[in-house]
Amino acid sequence: MDFSLTEDRRMLQDSLTRYLTEQYPVEHRNKVAYDLPCHDDAKWGELAELGALFALAPEDAGGFGGTGFDISVVFEALGRGITPEPVLGALMASRLLTTAGAEQEALLSGAAKYAVAISEIEAPYELEFIAATASGSGDSITLSGRKSAVYGGQVADVILVAAKNGDKLGVYEVQASDAQIVGYAMMDGGGAAEVMLDATPAKLLIEDGTAALQDAINAGIVALCSEAVGAMDVIHDYTVDYLKQRKQFGVVIGKFQVLQHRAVDMLTEIEQARSIVIKAAAELGGPDATRYASMAKNMIGRAARLNAEEAIQMHGGIAMTWEYPVSHYAKRLIMLDHQLGDTDYHLAKVAAEIAA
Amino acid sequence: MDLNFTQEERNFREEVRSYLAENLPARISDAVRAGGELTKEMMVEWHAILNRKGWLATIWPVEHGGPGWTPVEKYIFEDECCKAYAPRIVPFGLSMLGPVLIKFGNDAQKSTILPRILDGTDWWCQGYSEPGAGSDLASLKTRAVRDGDEWVINGQKTWTTLGQHADKIFCLCRTDPDAKQQAGISFILVDMDAPGVELRPIKLIEGGHEVNEVFFTDVRVPYTNLVGEENKGWTIAKYLLTHERTGIAGVGFSMQALEEVKSLARKVKRNGKPLAQDPLFSARVAQVEIDLEAMKLTNLRMLFKAQQQGAPGPETSILKIKGTVIGQELKDLARRALGPVAAPFPGHITDGNIMFGPEDTAQNAARYFNNRKTSIFGGSNEIQRNILTKTMLEL
Repeated sequence: MDFSLTEDRRMLQDSLTRYLTEQYPVEHRNKVAYDLPCHDDAKWGELAELGALFALAPEDAGGFGGTGFDISVVFEALGRGITPEPVLGALMASRLLTTAGAEQEALLSGAAKYAVAISEIEAPYELEFIAATASGSGDSITLSGRKSAVYGGQVADVILVAAKNGDKLGVYEVQASDAQIVGYAMMDGGGAAEVMLDATPAKLLIEDGTAALQDAINAGIVALCSEAVGAMDVIHDYTVDYLKQRKQFGVVIGKFQVLQHRAVDMLTEIEQARSIVIKAAAELGGPDATRYASMAKNMIGRAARLNAEEAIQMHGGIAMTWEYPVSHYAKRLIMLDHQLGDTDYHLAKVAAEIAA
Repeated sequence: MDLNFTQEERNFREEVRSYLAENLPARISDAVRAGGELTKEMMVEWHAILNRKGWLATIWPVEHGGPGWTPVEKYIFEDECCKAYAPRIVPFGLSMLGPVLIKFGNDAQKSTILPRILDGTDWWCQGYSEPGAGSDLASLKTRAVRDGDEWVINGQKTWTTLGQHADKIFCLCRTDPDAKQQAGISFILVDMDAPGVELRPIKLIEGGHEVNEVFFTDVRVPYTNLVGEENKGWTIAKYLLTHERTGIAGVGFSMQALEEVKSLARKVKRNGKPLAQDPLFSARVAQVEIDLEAMKLTNLRMLFKAQQQGAPGPETSILKIKGTVIGQELKDLARRALGPVAAPFPGHITDGNIMFGPEDTAQNAARYFNNRKTSIFGGSNEIQRNILTKTMLEL
């Protein structure tokens, strides 16, 4: 048993963390995060050069990673910096392209930006209720329907779309310039888009794509959960620092036992969260990946909410301000629950196995 | 034991309901329902509508222009206002300074200031908290020094709600730095346009602007702007805190929010069915509904006691703690129910024709974040627990 990172992953973690701390500090992050395109193209290129994208794919697909642990390392660093760049879309697209055996050099080098369109307004988290349709075959395939919450869709060059062709759920490649894209900035920073498809030309990537899409979602969940662990570490550090500095009633407020215990409860949940994410990362790609992804996402939903809300409360006012970084970490931690299935959605999935 | 309102109270409820139905402009209630920030004009207009009927200064005695309501009548009025999506009455002049002047002010202050609060001439804001004096309010440092027939004020206030609209601010200032903390504080009135007063906006977590910092640099105001006795401001501050706590359970707003969550859960889909049929989500809603049902009664029990004893007791801290937590849970559910469509930053959606969630839900995530303030302001929930520990447990 060994819970330490390999030398390569540790180096990647260090270089990404150092780069983001120095080059993408929260002041810059806030300038980028809340206005379209919610993206800094130069920094994106530099992140790619550091290997943030190559680490997401296995060697035989042109990358140098692709395991759950590689994904964790990248996204934990992104979470520490609440980086708004569209890496989640790149990861999920890379999983699909790897399954399809398709070329992805442009994605991994950062030259082309990819997003994945699964969610729909009436099927926010579930593959089985997707309503967008594909028709035609060969060179004349077209897609119709509306895809929702396409993360990174506001700057994507290529969008991989989940759509129904008869009773099969396929994955199709659409050039963003062929679709109607309505981009928006999100509450917690970063961008997404609604993608309107109306007989939009598309290329078939995977004909029977349910398993591939579930794998992409599982990888996305490992990514989001790792991001949350990084963000929780930071928000907890801020909180403990504040407890040590802030004086009221003549003492630092960290002397009050009620606050000490609550800061410990935050820490306990973070450690539990870190553990379940390690498990989900280890299982990614295996037969039980979906089960452990659901466990991780449920626990992260709970731990992230506790950490966000308690951090705000224990800061008493100051963390309610835009100027103080904790507010942005708190928003990210809360809104992360709205991506790829929330606390209840994943709890229900784990619960369903009890009856089965 | 009789849980029913009296016939007179029921009649009163009918009177309030019909007045609101006839006089609350739809454009104002629509704005309240949508959950964004209200304009100053809307708030001023609503105050004027209530003032015409004599229902604006809900806790003032009749001789100063109040309606002379019992606590139960005030409760009924607020309940109906919530149901009608009326704006909240801006409390700083009406619920805070007004009662203070009535109790501690001199005749000149009462006769000049109170009418201007009622008719909307003056918008007041509150200068209490400072960067170093939040929960520990008595440690405040803003200094007022007497110079002949003037005060000279230096210092900084913060969390000044709606100060951007204000003409005047009432401040707690330190006037005797040598006295024991609570003993050297005075309650002083300041014009916002006096030279040396500077207001800077604070942008909140969700992007909104409702609070401000106010800086005082050699600000001169007449000595007669002192309310009550010099160095006795803490007595006023404490008196005000009990007034701030009436209605603090926010039961009406939570009932409104509960109905919104239920209606939203019937409209949005999860797993191919209305979210209302999702057992986990509906259990969350049911749990809050149970808490709220109990809170309605807890609130009325304390109201009844206040009515009998003439003043709310320390147990109203229970209303603050539980009431804010219920409100926050409901905001959490309203955000959660929307799933991914909760994400767009309000106002950042570039194409107005794109509907994301059901109507009036665009602010749900923003409202959740903004609402975290309720367990912090007005004496944080931790401070309320301290109060209960001292007063109820005597520990």
